[in-house]
Amino acid sequence: MPCRVEDHVKSLAETRRKRPVIVWSALHRGLGLLFLVLSLLGAFQAQAQNQNSATVTIGYLGLERPAALEPLSVLDPVLDDEGVQGARLAIADNNTAGQFLGQEFVLAKAIVASKDEVPEGLLRLVGEGADWIVSGLPREALEVLMEDPALGDRLVFNAAAPDDSLRGEACRKNLFHTTPSRRMLADALAQFLGYKQWTRWALVHGNTEEDRLRVEAQRAAAKRFGHDIVDESMWPYDPMARRAEGGFHAIQREIPVFVQAFAEHDVLVIADENDYFGEYFPYQTRLPRPVAGTQGLTPTAWHRAHESWGAVQLQRRFEEQAGRWMTPRDFAAWLAVRSLGEAAARTGSVESKALRDYMTGEAFELAGYLGLPVSYRPWNHQLRQPILVTGPRMVVSVSPQEGYLHPVSPLDTLGVDRGESQCRF
Amino acid sequence: MPFLKTATIKQTALCATFFAALVLTTVAAAERVFVSNEKDNTVSVIDGETLEVVETINVGRRPRAMAFSNDGSELFVAVGDDEAIDMIDLETLKVVRSLASGEDPEVIRVDPNQPYIYVSNEDDNIVSVLDYQKRRRVTQIPVGVEPEGLGVSPDGKWLIATSETSNMAHIIDLESMEAVYHRLVGARPRHVEFTEDGSKAWVSAEIAGKVAIIDMQDTFDVIHSIDFEMQGVPKEAVQAVGMQLTSDGRYAFVALGPSNRVAVVDQQSYEVLDYLLVGQRVWHLALNADESRLFTTNGVSGDVTVIDVEGDAGDFEAIRSIPVGRFPWGAIVEP
Repeated sequence: MPCRVEDHVKSLAETRRKRPVIVWSALHRGLGLLFLVLSLLGAFQAQAQNQNSATVTIGYLGLERPAALEPLSVLDPVLDDEGVQGARLAIADNNTAGQFLGQEFVLAKAIVASKDEVPEGLLRLVGEGADWIVSGLPREALEVLMEDPALGDRLVFNAAAPDDSLRGEACRKNLFHTTPSRRMLADALAQFLGYKQWTRWALVHGNTEEDRLRVEAQRAAAKRFGHDIVDESMWPYDPMARRAEGGFHAIQREIPVFVQAFAEHDVLVIADENDYFGEYFPYQTRLPRPVAGTQGLTPTAWHRAHESWGAVQLQRRFEEQAGRWMTPRDFAAWLAVRSLGEAAARTGSVESKALRDYMTGEAFELAGYLGLPVSYRPWNHQLRQPILVTGPRMVVSVSPQEGYLHPVSPLDTLGVDRGESQCRF
Repeated sequence: MPFLKTATIKQTALCATFFAALVLTTVAAAERVFVSNEKDNTVSVIDGETLEVVETINVGRRPRAMAFSNDGSELFVAVGDDEAIDMIDLETLKVVRSLASGEDPEVIRVDPNQPYIYVSNEDDNIVSVLDYQKRRRVTQIPVGVEPEGLGVSPDGKWLIATSETSNMAHIIDLESMEAVYHRLVGARPRHVEFTEDGSKAWVSAEIAGKVAIIDMQDTFDVIHSIDFEMQGVPKEAVQAVGMQLTSDGRYAFVALGPSNRVAVVDQQSYEVLDYLLVGQRVWHLALNADESRLFTTNGVSGDVTVIDVEGDAGDFEAIRSIPVGRFPWGAIVEP
């Protein structure tokens, strides 16, 4: 007769109730029964391991939001629980299935103030029994985490850092990425702009390191998909006050002058990852041109306007729990924790090695509410995923676009491909 | 009674064979196909003989799954955004009443023995049981995350609900109204069909692109999994959704979503016999009464493909494409 999950659960629950009583009564019979006691203790230990093996403890390690970093539009809320809320929801989702499978998922969390406190946060999570880490950290802090000997051989899910180097020359075997790389986002936008035949881009970027990397990704995407960057220029100002009485008076005059020297272009592409200025560009250009990139028409892993493929269910569950909209970082953390839930359900195991092997194997596919199953690229552990291309209030399209072919998976047309990858485990 | 229904179908088929075309025409002329248009808030009515849309019924917002009342006098339509089941009088083709269904009803099924409608309420992780005569909620059955597909066994003993995020088939004993077995199936399970004898249940999984076969007599375990592979079609585009099983136990049809194909499967050997090219994003399927035709809803192309089924010859051919409303979701043929 095939083994049933319910039977396991029942027998496990029964042994949990009975076993300690036997141990106590055996102890009371004294030394003459030492052999029996020892054997029973052995059984007790084995059972304790058994109990552990049915629980998966996942630690979320995040960084406090730098006080200066706030979205430019007053319509966007300032969030201090981004990421961790996604992990929380996935824990609940995993446990709904887990209750039928005898598996339990537990979340531990540590939010630290700076990258110097990362080791302390890690120790706290390890102390709470975390076998897996979901990182809401930017690259530098994430690298501190990866270098920390206290991490041991634990696997880390990068649910926040979009840096291509982490998937390339700086990749690590125990680092998985559920957040898309800059290059994946740039490719997703480039495919859609290709579909529109808006192939002449003017590029405007900020002065931060993140923006420099974003520009690199845009250039690579333009090259791959046959676009032409006709001109590019750095927005010369430092971050502006979020609130300025009548700020548009200045903006309205500055932007047309700033872009007037650009050669003829179809679309203005912005690289402003910290949301310092890009939000000002739509409708302020000299020529009537759409604005795309980090603002305007934006490639993103998740958006509130996305409700297809059952996404509305996830949006509603999230909002009920968090009291706010789900962001791409929440979604990346959700994907990380759900990956473990899926692997544990399929393998019937919570063993680290079994789950890792399953997640990088052919059979792994996760329903991510994006129309196509998502899975990990075995050569750099990046989650291959469709990317939404959205306006501020509507989903405009989803990439990969039709017609961009790939011998393995259409999803591998987004991001650095195997042949070009610098990653060597 | 499912047994009676089979007998009627067989008899009809027999009549058709003996008394040739005239009788067949009379039988088919009465047949109407109903198609729910998710984006248009309408139900298209197709004449099964002329294969033309003869009527468009206005219903509530976001109509998806449909089912007939046991006496065949009414058509029930789950209208998700109105959180209700609209009931259409099949004489007048008008919505005559509407029954509150709980949040976001997507799939509905009718109990063969009792005036019950089973509704999957995705947001609440429950299956609601509604009495459509007394117009009240009978009970709620808790299941996994996002219940979606539902199937009732022909004897009315079992209900299977699939949960899209837990990836499980929850097998519910309809006497106690409790889920008694929980079985893992492929990612994002969508639809359930029982074989005519009730011995097996077929469960399709959209994201996995697979169909699981569950033994409903002894172990209640998954005993087989069917894969679909087509040359030149990316693996990700193969998504298994709607299914129809012929009552003679020979063929099963599986809608494969964005691959724009319907698979023909041998019900006994589980071998995939053929892939039929239909409209874009094929979602659900309906066989007509004598099982000589299969209707497919094609969401993206906004049409219905008609497939001629010649089971004896093993011949299946798409013969017609009928434009309907926007985003056709489900189809059902009047019994």
